Amino acid sequence: MPILTITELHEKLKAGTVTCVQMVEHYLSRIKAQNESLNAFITISEEYAYEKAKAYDRIIADNPNAFSEFPLIGVVVSIKDLYLTRGIRTTAASNVLSDFIPQYSATVVQRLEHAGAIVIGKTNCDAWAHGASGENSDFGASRNPWNTEYVPGGSSSGSAIAVASDMSLVAMGTDTGGSIRQPASFTNLVGLKPTYGAVPRYGVIAMASSLDSMGHFTHTVEDSETLFSVTRGIDERDSTVKNVTYEPFDTSKTIKIGIPKEYFSEGLDPEVEKVVRAAAEVFKKMGIELVDISLPHTKYAISVYYIVQPAEVSSNLGRYDGVRYGNGRECFGAEAKRRIMLGTYVLSSGYYDAYYGKAMKVRSRIITDFKEAFSSVDAILAPVSPTTAFKLGQKANDPLQMYLADIYTVAANLAGIPGLAIPGGFASNGLPIGFQLLGNHFSESILFELGKRYQKVTDWHTKQPK
Amino acid sequence: MHMSLTHDETVHIAKLAKLPLTSEEVDHYAEQLSPIVDYFNELSEVDVDGVEGTSQTTGLIDVLRPDEVDDTRYIPNEEALGQAKITHNGYFSVPPILSKDN
Repeated sequence: MPILTITELHEKLKAGTVTCVQMVEHYLSRIKAQNESLNAFITISEEYAYEKAKAYDRIIADNPNAFSEFPLIGVVVSIKDLYLTRGIRTTAASNVLSDFIPQYSATVVQRLEHAGAIVIGKTNCDAWAHGASGENSDFGASRNPWNTEYVPGGSSSGSAIAVASDMSLVAMGTDTGGSIRQPASFTNLVGLKPTYGAVPRYGVIAMASSLDSMGHFTHTVEDSETLFSVTRGIDERDSTVKNVTYEPFDTSKTIKIGIPKEYFSEGLDPEVEKVVRAAAEVFKKMGIELVDISLPHTKYAISVYYIVQPAEVSSNLGRYDGVRYGNGRECFGAEAKRRIMLGTYVLSSGYYDAYYGKAMKVRSRIITDFKEAFSSVDAILAPVSPTTAFKLGQKANDPLQMYLADIYTVAANLAGIPGLAIPGGFASNGLPIGFQLLGNHFSESILFELGKRYQKVTDWHTKQPK
Repeated sequence: MHMSLTHDETVHIAKLAKLPLTSEEVDHYAEQLSPIVDYFNELSEVDVDGVEGTSQTTGLIDVLRPDEVDDTRYIPNEEALGQAKITHNGYFSVPPILSKDN
């Protein structure tokens, strides 16, 4: 039985039944056995991981306060290949950056390392985080460990696979329109998309700067909270991070969860609906009140998202010219070119007002919907994806169909609110199904509290792929 | 209103985006982007009279820090140039933007 939580790892490290070096050995052997079929990693940092592991084993032996000084000591983490890692190749899964070695690390990577985490490798993803299946990687598609004929979800595909199939304990991803929550849901993991402005974006290759959120994959909500406490907080290198004090959740309060009718509409797979409604019943049995709510502008979220996001993408990818690093613009893959073209079009003279200008205003409407909802409920419970994982190639030639599948995740990014995906069950074909809890800005404490209570009475998160 | 991107329009967009596309790619993207842009027309149903647009969600304005040199942020010249394919006398080498005829 693999180690699934930081608490369990730390108990074993304290008892001396495992060492950091043994954990690195274990994960490297898992990677070597599985990476050829799953294609989760682009770069493996073996030497670096051993070096760190040896150093932390010494600290554990010598320093009686090792576990309080280093809250993530010995925690092996894999990192989406969008996060810059000093001295370790960072590609964004694109041929444009196929040989790029960063001169500095992202703030989040630095914080994880200072807390004692060990980076084992850089994970595959849809190139530049453009996609929801992992198929847009210039380094080849990756596969779902629950059934290798199916996609793992995306864009943080490899990070989800790594945690789901015991190739690292936790993993970092990015969520611009669902890229953490959806693969978490497809691989039976907890995935956090934090509030925009909670976790620094500095040093992470930008996709859409008003939407990008730095989050992570774990097996438990408890570990998700621990990682968040390490990665969040102001950073003088990212002026969009807010200085917020997180109060512990007041457990004496009656909690209300909103069920938005627009998230249970046409197109939702009945098996997914069953799992999400069952999760709501679990909360109800705890004495939490379920309230029917409406988020009337939900159906417009896809249009708004696929205007705002490519617009910001076209601007952010404008810097890649192969002069200071990387290769030329002819190396962009098909999906990146498609989004650059779409974004340039909606921002171009004559179309700006009709598309980008209008989308910004409808975005305000979507935000107002959430504001009104959170004046009467503490959290919202919803599906993550309308279906379970789909087969490789099934949607690859129809970009519009692929984009429409993001319907339940993109609104949280447009509004900047947090979302926590949690394993909730399985479909009849054996594929995992997750649900998500959405909260108001900087209300992660409520989501963690609800998630921990849910995981106390359910065991979906302990199920492992064969 | 049914929107579709013409070949010439798509060539213009590719030029603005500095993307070197083949003629085949131009036709391919014109064909693929048209239904997507067409889908966006649903937004015309939404009444946004008097609504301000949103470009960021934090509400933060003019975030400042002291203008002090941070020695830890220096990247030595050699390292900064280390990822460039072409350098010249300790500088990045960039493609010309003017030709002799200009």
